[in-house]
Amino acid sequence: MAEITTREAINQALHEELERDEKIILLGEDVGLYEGSFKVSKGLYAAFGEQRVIDTPIAEAGIIGMACGAAMGGLRPIAEIMTVNFAIVAMDQIVNHVAKIHYMFGGQLQVPLVIRAPGGGGNQLGAQHSHSLEGLFMHFPGIRVVCPSFPADAKGLLKTAIRSADPVLFLEHEELYGVKGDVPDGELLIPLGVADIKRAGRDVTLIALSKMVYTCLEAAEQLAAEGIDAEVLDLRGLNPLDMAAVIESVGRTRRAITVEESWLTGGWGGEIAARIMETCFDVLDAPVLRVAAADVSAPYNKQLEQLAIPHAEDVVTRVKELF
Amino acid sequence: MPKQPIADFTIERLSILAPSGQADESLMPDLSDSQLLQLYELLSYTRMADQRALDLQREGRLGTYPASLGQEAAQVGSGFALRSQDWIFPAFRELGVFLCHNYPLELIYRYWSGDERGQQSPEGCNIFPMSIAVGTHILHAAGAALAAKYRGDDLVAAAFLGDGGTSKGDFHEALNMAGVYKLPLVVICQNNQWAISVSRQAQTAAQTLAQKALSYGIHGLQVDGNDVLAVYQATHEAIERARAGEGASFIECETYRMADHTTADDAQRYRDPQEVEKWRQRDPLLRMRRFLDQQRLWSPGDQEQLELTLKERLNRAVRAAESAAPPGAEEMFRYTCHQLSSRQQEQLKECLDGST
Ligand SMILES: Cc1ncc(C[n+]2csc(CCOP(=O)(O)OP(=O)(O)O)c2C)c(N)n1
Ligand SMILES: [Mg+2]
Repeated sequence: MAEITTREAINQALHEELERDEKIILLGEDVGLYEGSFKVSKGLYAAFGEQRVIDTPIAEAGIIGMACGAAMGGLRPIAEIMTVNFAIVAMDQIVNHVAKIHYMFGGQLQVPLVIRAPGGGGNQLGAQHSHSLEGLFMHFPGIRVVCPSFPADAKGLLKTAIRSADPVLFLEHEELYGVKGDVPDGELLIPLGVADIKRAGRDVTLIALSKMVYTCLEAAEQLAAEGIDAEVLDLRGLNPLDMAAVIESVGRTRRAITVEESWLTGGWGGEIAARIMETCFDVLDAPVLRVAAADVSAPYNKQLEQLAIPHAEDVVTRVKELF
Repeated sequence: MPKQPIADFTIERLSILAPSGQADESLMPDLSDSQLLQLYELLSYTRMADQRALDLQREGRLGTYPASLGQEAAQVGSGFALRSQDWIFPAFRELGVFLCHNYPLELIYRYWSGDERGQQSPEGCNIFPMSIAVGTHILHAAGAALAAKYRGDDLVAAAFLGDGGTSKGDFHEALNMAGVYKLPLVVICQNNQWAISVSRQAQTAAQTLAQKALSYGIHGLQVDGNDVLAVYQATHEAIERARAGEGASFIECETYRMADHTTADDAQRYRDPQEVEKWRQRDPLLRMRRFLDQQRLWSPGDQEQLELTLKERLNRAVRAAESAAPPGAEEMFRYTCHQLSSRQQEQLKECLDGST
C-alpha cells in the first residue's frame, strides 16, 4: 500500500498491463515522447518503445477508428483522447462503430478497446474544452462507461477495463490527477459496475461519481455539523450501472440526491431518479432531487465557470430541502 | 498497353527576401514605401504585443496563452494581403493577422484573460472567433466562401491553421469541397514545425504540406514563412485567383515556433536547442529591418520612435482590457441561447441570488 496520486495510479495500471500482455498498445496525441499532456503516460515510451506507445497525428476520428480496427485485428489498444472534448470529433467511430461492431457481426467479433480521456471543468478552458460527457455516453448501450474518483479505483478499474471484452470509455477528471490516496501495490482488479460507499450515513444518499464524489464528501462534512448524516455512494461508472447498490442505500436512508458535474437537462441524474421511483417509490420520504451544472455553455471567465458547476454548498442546500 | 505517366506535378517555393535583407527585385510585390514601412511596424507591433501577453500571463493577469514569436511574418504578410471585406477564420496563433485588421488589442487581451466578449469583432472587421479546436474551422471558411460565391460578393474567405491541423479530416474535406465547387477560399498554413511535441515529420510522411492541395485539384504553394514579402505576395496572388473565379489555394508558410506551444508547455523537453538556434538566424523582423535599412527607409531613430509609440499603445490596451467589467451571469445564459427555457430562467435567478 502506498499513498500516490491518481495520475500515478493510472500510470501504474498502464505500466503493469503493458508488461503483462504484449497485445496491449497505447496510442494518442503526445502520449509517447511527451508522456501525455497530463503526464499520465510517464515512462511508458521509454519502457515499451514506439511500437507499443504510439504518438499519433492530430486526428481523433482516425485514432479511434484505427484503434477499433486494431482491436478487431487482435490487439488490445488503449486510445488516449487528449481530452474528452475531442472524443466528440470521433463520435461516429465511437457510437456507430466501436459500440456496435460486436452486435453487427452477430457476436463474432469483439472490440476490446479502451478509450481513455480526461475531462471536466474548473480549469478555465472555455466552452469547447470543459465537458463531462459520461451522461451522454451512457445513452449508448454497446459501450462501458467508467468514471473513477479515488486513486485506487482508477487503478483497479482501468486494469479491469483493459481486460474487458467490451469496449470501455474510461473517463478521468483533470482536477483529480494530483489528488492522492492509498493504492495497493501490484495486482488490483475492481469489477466494473460495482458502486462503492465512500462514506456511510443514515439520513440521505448522495449519488455521485468522479470529482463530484469529493464534492459530496465535503458536503457530508458540512451536513454532519448540522446533524444530518449523509451517505456518499460512488457509482464509479454508469455502464454497467449498479442500481442494486443505489436501491439498497436509499432503502436505508429514504432520501436521495444525484450530484453530477454536467448539465442538469438530460443528465444521468434523471435516469437514476426515474429508476429509484420505479423500483422503490414507497421507501422514499421525499422526492429524489438533482444537483447539476446550469444549462449554459461553460464560461471562460473563472467566477462564472465556478458559478455554473456544482459545489458542496449547492449539495448542502438541496439536502436541506428534503427535511 | 504501356505504363506511362499521366499526370505530373511540381510544388514551388517562393522566397523574396534573403536573411541578409537582400530582396529579389524580379519578384518584389507591388508595394509602396509607406506600405513596406507599415509591414515592418505591424511585425514589430505583433512581436511586442505577443511579448506583453507572455508577461501578463506570468503575472497571473492572463490565462494560458499561445505565443506567436518567430511566426510574425507568416501572420502579417498574409493578414496585410487580405482586404477588409475578406472573411477571416483564424486558429489560435494569428495575433499578427488580427493586428493587421485593426482588431483592438484590448479585446485580444480580454479574450485570453477569460472573456468571450473579446471575440466580438468590431464593426467593419471580418474576423470570426478563434478556433481552438484544431482544424474544424477550415470547413466553416469553405462554407463562407460558398455563401460569398452564391451571393456574388467580392470577397474571399481565408482560413488559418497549423501543420498539425493538416492531419484532421476536416481539413481534407474542406479542401476537397473547395476544389469541387471552385470556391473563393485561401487556406494559410503556418507550418511552425511542431504540434505541441509532435514534429512536422511525425505529423505526415509527405515531403511538403503544400502538395496536399494537389490531390484536391486546388492551387498549392510553399513560401518562406519568415519572409513577409513572399507571404504577402503568395496571399495576394491567391486572392486574385479566387476573385478571377479560379478557385481555392493552399499556402504553406514554412516558419518556426520559437516559443513553447503555450504558456502551459515546456518545449525544452522535446526539441533540440540547436534547431531553435538555427531558426533564430532567420528571424523575420530582423530580415525586414535589414531590407529597410538597405533601402534607406529606416534609421535607428525611427526604431526608437516606433518602440516608444508601440509601448504606449500596449499600455493603453492593457489598461482598457483590465478596466472592462467582467461578464456577468446574465451573459453566460444569454450567449447560450436567445430564448431561455423556464429552467434556465430559474437557474439564472439562482445564480444571481447566490452571487450577491
Ligand atoms: C480537435 C483537437 N484535437 C486536439 C487539440 C489539442 N491541441 C491544441 S493545439 C494542438 C497542436 C496544434 O498544432 P498545429 O496545428 O501545428 O498548430 P500550432 O499549435 O503549432 O500553432 C493540439 C493537439 C485540439 N485543440 N483540438
Ligand atoms: Mg504547428
